[in-house]
Amino acid sequence: MNLTLKIWRQKNATSKGKFVTYKVNDISPNSSFLEMMDILNESLVTRGEDPVAFDHDCREGICGACSMYINGRPHGPDKAITTCQLHMRRFKDGDTIVIEPWRARPFPVLKDLIVDRTAFDKIIQAGGYISVNTGGIPDANAIPIPKVDADLSMDAAACIGCGACVAACKNASAMLFVSAKVSQFALLPQGRVEAAERVNNMVAEMDRLGFGNCTNTGACEAECPKEISISNIARMNREFLVAKLAAPKPRVDSGGGI
Amino acid sequence: MALKYSSITKKVIMALAGLFLISFLIVHLGINLLILKNDGRESFNMAAHFMVTNPVIQTMQWVLFGGFILHILLGIVLQLQNWMARPQRYKVEGYSHTSFFSKFMIHTGAVIFAFLIIHLVNFFFRAKFGEMPHIMINGEQYEDMGLLVIEKFRDLPYVLMYVVWLLFLGFHLDHAFHSALQSLGLNHSKYTPVAFGVSRALAILIAGGFILIPVLIFIS
Amino acid sequence: MAELNSKIPKGQLAEKWTHYKAHTNLVNPANKRRLEVIVVGTGLAGASAAASLAEMGFKVKNYCYQDSPRRAHSIAAQGGINAAKNYQNDGDSVYRLFYDTIKGGDYRAREANVYRLAEVSNSIIDQCVAQGVPFAREYGGLLDNRSFGGAQVSRTFYARGQTGQQLLLGAYSALSRQVKKGNVEMYARHEMLDVVLVEGRARGIIVRNLVTGAIERHAAHAVVLATGGYGNVFFLSTNAMGSNATAVWKAYKRGAFFGNPSFTQIHPTCIPVHGDFQSKLTLMSESLRNDGRIWVPKLKEDAEKIRHGKLKPTEIAEENRDYYLERRYPAFGNLVPRDVASRAAKERCDAGFGVGETGLAVYLDFSDAINRLGKSVIEARYGNLFQMYEKIVDEDPYKTPMMIYPAVHYTMGGLWVDYELMTSIPGLFAIGEANFSDHGANRLGASALMQGLADGYFVLPYTIQNYLSDQIRVPKFSPDLPEFKRTEAEATERLHKLMNVKGNQTVDSFHKRLGHIMWEYVGMARNEAGLKKAITDIQVLRAEFWKDVKITGELNEINPELEKAGRVADFLELGELMARDALDRNESCGGHFREEYQTPEGEALRDDQNLMYVSAWEFSGENQEPVLNKEPLNYEFVEVKQRNYK
Repeated sequence: MNLTLKIWRQKNATSKGKFVTYKVNDISPNSSFLEMMDILNESLVTRGEDPVAFDHDCREGICGACSMYINGRPHGPDKAITTCQLHMRRFKDGDTIVIEPWRARPFPVLKDLIVDRTAFDKIIQAGGYISVNTGGIPDANAIPIPKVDADLSMDAAACIGCGACVAACKNASAMLFVSAKVSQFALLPQGRVEAAERVNNMVAEMDRLGFGNCTNTGACEAECPKEISISNIARMNREFLVAKLAAPKPRVDSGGGI
Repeated sequence: MALKYSSITKKVIMALAGLFLISFLIVHLGINLLILKNDGRESFNMAAHFMVTNPVIQTMQWVLFGGFILHILLGIVLQLQNWMARPQRYKVEGYSHTSFFSKFMIHTGAVIFAFLIIHLVNFFFRAKFGEMPHIMINGEQYEDMGLLVIEKFRDLPYVLMYVVWLLFLGFHLDHAFHSALQSLGLNHSKYTPVAFGVSRALAILIAGGFILIPVLIFIS
Repeated sequence: MAELNSKIPKGQLAEKWTHYKAHTNLVNPANKRRLEVIVVGTGLAGASAAASLAEMGFKVKNYCYQDSPRRAHSIAAQGGINAAKNYQNDGDSVYRLFYDTIKGGDYRAREANVYRLAEVSNSIIDQCVAQGVPFAREYGGLLDNRSFGGAQVSRTFYARGQTGQQLLLGAYSALSRQVKKGNVEMYARHEMLDVVLVEGRARGIIVRNLVTGAIERHAAHAVVLATGGYGNVFFLSTNAMGSNATAVWKAYKRGAFFGNPSFTQIHPTCIPVHGDFQSKLTLMSESLRNDGRIWVPKLKEDAEKIRHGKLKPTEIAEENRDYYLERRYPAFGNLVPRDVASRAAKERCDAGFGVGETGLAVYLDFSDAINRLGKSVIEARYGNLFQMYEKIVDEDPYKTPMMIYPAVHYTMGGLWVDYELMTSIPGLFAIGEANFSDHGANRLGASALMQGLADGYFVLPYTIQNYLSDQIRVPKFSPDLPEFKRTEAEATERLHKLMNVKGNQTVDSFHKRLGHIMWEYVGMARNEAGLKKAITDIQVLRAEFWKDVKITGELNEINPELEKAGRVADFLELGELMARDALDRNESCGGHFREEYQTPEGEALRDDQNLMYVSAWEFSGENQEPVLNKEPLNYEFVEVKQRNYK
């Protein structure tokens, strides 16, 4: 296959970027999208040009590193996959493909197609955990958990933190990401203990970082490579309302001297 | 104020105000449909009279105003924040599968608001502060709101303007009811699909019902 | 030759760890606050260690090359994690898990380490459940288990086909909590370039900030390497693109011994290679072997026709299929350990029965299971794996059997560590896949997650205190000491040297060539002549690399080509050591199969008389032959036998 690529090139976080057009030829339909990018980069390096920088690592759809906005959709035209799982057989010979980085104020571009997603880490740090230390834990089967709840929790926990939900949302909202973590724990008895505090803190951090507001368009759900449902957002809204109405006290860690 | 509250709180207020406005639209439509009743505008004018005189309704009027203003102002604040959240736009965008009208709530909302002002000037303020024709019903004198309506809707451009406006209202409502439930966290694997149906039905019935009135008046 | 002290506690097997914990030195809370620990890597071992140490009160600095600690490659582990809970009441016990692991490793691991691993396995499951890891459950609300290779009990806990992800996110959440509390300083997009020794002890690391390109010096009282394995030496492997050996290799060159470098695990169920452009291999979880049956055509003509696309696998009659694992190993069938399954696949393909366009594939067939259990059950168990397969291969595995072939997956070898997980450099620890310790010559399925978390949550936090307890009087280190500056200068010089080669060939092209050498001669089957050839070929390739590699871009910016070049330069040295170790080990054991040493039936033939030792290689200078140190393995409690899965 022969393709025309229009790729966002930006030298670093402070410089202005622009689209640059490249041609790639003889691409096998069986190669993955990132392998096509590898081939482009090999030819760029051989010509002494700077290859296109993009995040990628596991290349099996689970690490969440890859993040390309392809022809107007995060992770490209297929449903329920990451960019690394997209294969060239999905395109036609002669196609033009426009590749952009994720666009959101909390995700600044670092170079070309690489964006800084530290904002997601910060949201998790604000409360995306159950506050237990290592050791001194009761037996794993001490608390039975209904299979339905465990399964729903797993559905939410499948989030890979890639940021496609933010990229797809017309408001650059991070609600799907945040709600997935809130839901995972809200559905488990272990997570209920701190549920109110967690949702408060995570939502506050999300707002502080400058993500947009959710307007229930459902674009996030449609583009999520792990098909995480916006019912999680509803659950988070519910959890948040309940937490606000209950007005929890801010936490003071006494923490045994640690 | 609006800036201080969390995004979810704002959405919840937005949803509550929206639901309240939907309930108002239903009442409004119910009264309007009375004008189609062939009784010399009697029921309609009686209802209109009730609306402008009943103290409870008069109080609710201010609540309604508040609801409108809250819904509009919050809508603007949310939208500004949303635009700020993506300072650099995509070259190619909008190919994700979403409900179509959900993407244009601020636009449909703005159109509705613009027409709303005309609407208020023509009917509401007129009824409240302006000169009104009068009619005798059962020996008592009432303001003839019905006549005002019928005269207005004999004018074709005016009818067309209303139809367009109400279509936009329908578009806006298509993403209203279920979206409000979602914002309030009221979802359920079984009933949420029903809420989508209800939402669409409300959009069609409310917009359709309102459109029916100018169109029928114009034809007759 | 150096003296190797494995520091295995005395006493009965089952009492060693308890005894150790009861008598080891601890650090009191006030002193913990003053002691700093560097943890490199944020996978299962790194994240769990960093979080646990921080919870205890140590000041931790944690590093990863990814943009977020949550993306470490542990996330890609699919199948599950073993524990001796015996929830299924099928006769499991700590001893049985220990025994299976020792036997699965072909008697090339330390008894005491493996027993400790089995002992703490149960706590790991408790810990993860408490963290909110949504393991699979039965309708009664209790945890579900599945079976894995090399065991006759169901002891594997799982979260769909994403167990590694869920366990890692559990550790990541614990880590995030400590970052928020200020007990962990997190350095993402930082790659370790070297370890700094002060007076013979590990006191810090040199890292490159991958965004700015700045070289930084970081000091601490102890350094923990949790940097994973080195499977990417083979270019094509199931490892992540960024997985690299730089940290362990630099530690080796600073004096840490490298244990059993040749012990590589070739995983039997990967999606076969399909073209030159291919950048990585995708694993299909071993759990698939619970319900899938592996076969090739019985007749060579059929295999031939399939390869040319003239026949479909579904058209081959039952009697013309060779379920070779069930035939050769009736007791374990499709669930034989990985090394055995991989070699059996290679044997069939080499004999001309392979399928797929290249003839390098065998079938993994679910039709029996689908008929028996129904499609929905299979979908619930493996849905995401089937979907992944279909995305890559463009065939529906519910209808036509999957094609699989072995691929490099895990490295049992790694930095040599003692019972306390300390390398031969005082103050330098290695945990998880980065060390050599618990899997011997072959790792059983679902044991990598177990070992990573055991090391990080329950072993290192104890054993490191034994070292740190005599460091409490050592003041905080300054990274301005001359040792730091010298090491930094060396790291910087090496980067300049790489940039200044200005040759004509890309980094990837060298990596691919190295991969071919490794797969051909140091892969699934090895022999003396091949290994000798590999050593010279790698030396030639390495020389060519330093003369002709081409790296674009600058030092002070995001430069993926430079990152790759540094890693490949290290692989080019490590590959040679792997070949040397394989050449030294004149036997076949586990994943290490020397064609000269096999039974008449083609099974691995060990030499327990002469080779029952851990190879601990010692660096002795650039382009010098390394020194082989031997740690003898004494089996006090287990009778050493030939492995038998028949």
